[in-house]
Amino acid sequence: MSGAQNLTIDRVKQGQKLPELGCAVTATTVVLGALATRDWRPMHHDRDFAQVRNGVRDIFLNTPNLAHWFERYLTDWTGPKGRPGRMKFFMRGSVFAGDQMVFRGEVKQVETDAAGCGWATIDVSVSVEGQVMTSCTARMALPTAADDNPWRRRGEAWKP
Amino acid sequence: MSEIPAEVTGWIGQKRYPEESEFDVERGYVLTACSSVENGNPLYWDEKVARELTGGWVAPPSMISVWCRPHLYSPGREGEGLALKVHFDLKQKLGLPEAIMSEDELVFHAPVRPGDRVRSYQILRAVSDLKTTKLGRGRFWTIEVFYENQKGELLVEERITGFGYNRPGGEAEPSAVRQGGEAAAQRGEAERSASGRRDAK
Repeated sequence: MSGAQNLTIDRVKQGQKLPELGCAVTATTVVLGALATRDWRPMHHDRDFAQVRNGVRDIFLNTPNLAHWFERYLTDWTGPKGRPGRMKFFMRGSVFAGDQMVFRGEVKQVETDAAGCGWATIDVSVSVEGQVMTSCTARMALPTAADDNPWRRRGEAWKP
Repeated sequence: MSEIPAEVTGWIGQKRYPEESEFDVERGYVLTACSSVENGNPLYWDEKVARELTGGWVAPPSMISVWCRPHLYSPGREGEGLALKVHFDLKQKLGLPEAIMSEDELVFHAPVRPGDRVRSYQILRAVSDLKTTKLGRGRFWTIEVFYENQKGELLVEERITGFGYNRPGGEAEPSAVRQGGEAAAQRGEAERSASGRRDAK
């Protein structure tokens, strides 16, 4: 399959750490993310507005784009067969242009459900200078074997 | 504002604001979104992989809100297109001008595919008693949004917890900038969340 690597559930253990992902957030990162999520509000592209109206130091990432950053971080780890089942976000602070953001993750639970679907529950966070800005608990479906594919599951076989 | 108006309690459990997106799910936006986060998942870039794994192109599940946001301008529409209208109804009816989104849970069901037309509706599930937090005094509320495709298949369930509040004292924004601390960040988050939802549908 085009050389893509896919993580199978048997290679995932509770307590396993995901590789860190760092990104230098620029104004372009913020603006591109806002436009990609069709968020036209000025605090995501206009520094004057962010400073004067919102009282913050710069433009900042919007939540829908941050959700996509989390999804990208998780599927970088799982490969394309990894299928998001559930994501829950807890918003605490903002990531601004000029920040160096770092994604971290740790596997909290591994299970196979009654339908035979493999699941990993992962706690993920994005931090700036060691302070968590948003955390996320994600439930990812992973193949149970090389020939399994969670994306084919539907109906009673898909219980996210 | 100690009592919740009967009109508001009457909304709890009601299916409100059924809407259909203004345009079909399309792959150009998928690639723009993937580019914005440097998402190289071949599922979204390699048609062979997409055919093999998902029977054709799909959109990243976390993009669901993208398909339901109104354009900034739309001919014939008066005023600003609002997303999550129940949230703004609550702010108005409860007299709580500020708001943050503190939690957001997405549960993904059927894949979203190019050509889909996404439909949504909202249900208010709960409104709390008055609470005092470091942001101010107000109420928490929980809203569920259900997204379906044109065939009526459930795509995503979203459960949002918001906090509508009045600021204590209403201190000036520039002081928050100088403080550069949590208050400033939280104020930014509040404005971002509320305003972002304003532009979302």
